[in-house]
Amino acid sequence: MMRIASVFTEKKHAALIAFITVGYPTLEATLEAVPLLEKCGVDMVELGIPFSDPLADGITIQQASFEALQNGITPAACLDAARFIRKKSNMPLIFMTYYNPVLSYGQELFCADSSRAGIDGLIIPDLPLEEAGALEESTLNHNLDLIYLLAPNSSEARIREVADRSRGFIYLISVTGVTGIRENAPLGLNEFTSKVKKHTDKPLCMGFGISTPEQAAHVSKSVDGVIVGSSIVHIMGTQKQWKPPLSHFIRSLKKAIQTAK
Amino acid sequence: MIPDERGYFGEFGGRFVPEVLIPALNELNEAYRWAVDEPSFQEELFRLSRCWSGRPTPLYEAERLSELKGGARIYLKREDLLHTGAHKINNALGQGLLAKKMGKKRIVAETGAGQHGVAAAAVSALLGVECVVYMGEEDIHRQAPNVNRMRLLGAEIKAVRSGSKTLKDAVNEAIRDWVTNVESTFYLLGSAVGPHPYPLMVRDFQSVIGREAREQVLSLRGALPDYVIACVGGGSNAIGIFYPFLKDEQVKLVGVEAGGCGLESGKHAASLAAGKIGVLHGAKSFLLQDEFGQIQSTHSISAGLDYPGVSPEHSYLKNSGRAQYVTVEDHPALDAFHILSKTEGIIPALESSHAIAYALDLVSTLGKDQSIVVNLSGRGDKDMGIVGSILEVNQ
Repeated sequence: MMRIASVFTEKKHAALIAFITVGYPTLEATLEAVPLLEKCGVDMVELGIPFSDPLADGITIQQASFEALQNGITPAACLDAARFIRKKSNMPLIFMTYYNPVLSYGQELFCADSSRAGIDGLIIPDLPLEEAGALEESTLNHNLDLIYLLAPNSSEARIREVADRSRGFIYLISVTGVTGIRENAPLGLNEFTSKVKKHTDKPLCMGFGISTPEQAAHVSKSVDGVIVGSSIVHIMGTQKQWKPPLSHFIRSLKKAIQTAK
Repeated sequence: MIPDERGYFGEFGGRFVPEVLIPALNELNEAYRWAVDEPSFQEELFRLSRCWSGRPTPLYEAERLSELKGGARIYLKREDLLHTGAHKINNALGQGLLAKKMGKKRIVAETGAGQHGVAAAAVSALLGVECVVYMGEEDIHRQAPNVNRMRLLGAEIKAVRSGSKTLKDAVNEAIRDWVTNVESTFYLLGSAVGPHPYPLMVRDFQSVIGREAREQVLSLRGALPDYVIACVGGGSNAIGIFYPFLKDEQVKLVGVEAGGCGLESGKHAASLAAGKIGVLHGAKSFLLQDEFGQIQSTHSISAGLDYPGVSPEHSYLKNSGRAQYVTVEDHPALDAFHILSKTEGIIPALESSHAIAYALDLVSTLGKDQSIVVNLSGRGDKDMGIVGSILEVNQ
């Protein structure tokens, strides 16, 4: 849809994309965090709908998902949150969740309701190309971008197919692994991104394991967007007064991306 | 062909996994297809199945058990006599050999009751590869003897503390490990669940149970049995014994799920009886989930049945009507555990006790000329702790 694409047009620097788990540590925190993230320079937000068995996630987002579910967060509550946020912001909003909650809600209805709530795209990490036909159709019916993922070990043939079918952007997984805070910047970054760039002009955004301004700066040189999740979720979950450290962290990420050489 | 090329049994199965695993599953699928047609692989599997695992297992007529209920003849397929104590070794050996052929130096596995973990650890020791077993903290407590056995066999046990701390969470952790170490590591999945080609591959490695049982019952009775009964958690022992009987339409196939404290209590593990279609651990199948698609925690007295999903092939057999699925609660399973021990001198695993319990109910409704084959999938030595503590409470 237009909102996601517009982030990448006329952009001098890589976009900064933030992930937060809806309802963690509280629903109120989610609703307050999004405007704050935007104010500090975030260009796009991924709202994580918690799932009981998040097998692509590391310990930080596992824990956040678990607590959000304990807080009674449902897909309907996430839709309400999106609606609330959309009233105040024109920033692109993406739902990130696993396939079963979507299937259980009803794929067509989920896409219709997401679209109506002001959501612009979906990321479903356990739904590879082969299985995504029905959901892809529903997202097309409701003007949502279905964003596919590629991994460093994806074959050329898959890169071509994802390049063809992914809408909004292509999500590059920086490492073979799960989400989470890592000490080192991903290896073989240029090799991976140039392999993908051979097949597409679509925007490439990289996530998984990017948790410091240095890593964000490093990655931003090769891609159109940098996705940061676990370290944001970690700040919100472990610090009672999370707003000042979150603002500081986001600003430092933004600055690092803007000054990356 | 079932499953089709994409791993679908009708509408069930498939490959719902993170992108990172797609190349690994393709590699595995190719290797497995090679192994199916490769005489040297099949010969090695056959040789080790005989002299290391202890195949073929006998089909034993439990006469005293049959007399007890005054009905049909009961035959027990004695998978409990296998090395490491359960049918799990059939699949672990097959996949282990495949891992070795693929040049993998490290095996990860999940385990619930510990039987698959012990089998994976033993096979890893035999083949000289590193083995890491993920096990829920809850299960580590209730199946302590198996934890010690795995350690003795050289495996590293990693306690899983997320979620319900049982089998489902151990599978999540094993998959996360695999995603992270995908180049070096082989995921030795213990049940007929997971993304394609696992449900197919596990079924094939376990079908040796049904192939033997079918031949044995024919030679003992000169006729096929009226019923084949097996317990169903993930469903590997059941699909293993059912599969070679699928075309024998006169043979009724009955899978017995864990009814726990009763279906109405919500504390059970009966995915087929009480679940809805959904996606977990890479496959579409019947699942125990709440109205929002969150996977529910399960309960069974037997750790090996304590799983919210089930093999996509069982979902298919349920919907097609070829197999029937019933539930047996904790208490009747425990009674069956005692009855088999006292009448036949065989201590069954609590998992298999569910199948025995159903057979005992069924047998009195059948004529003396009818027969039942029950898959005695494992032995109950591992359950002495849990059964002992229940006995103490009751005394």
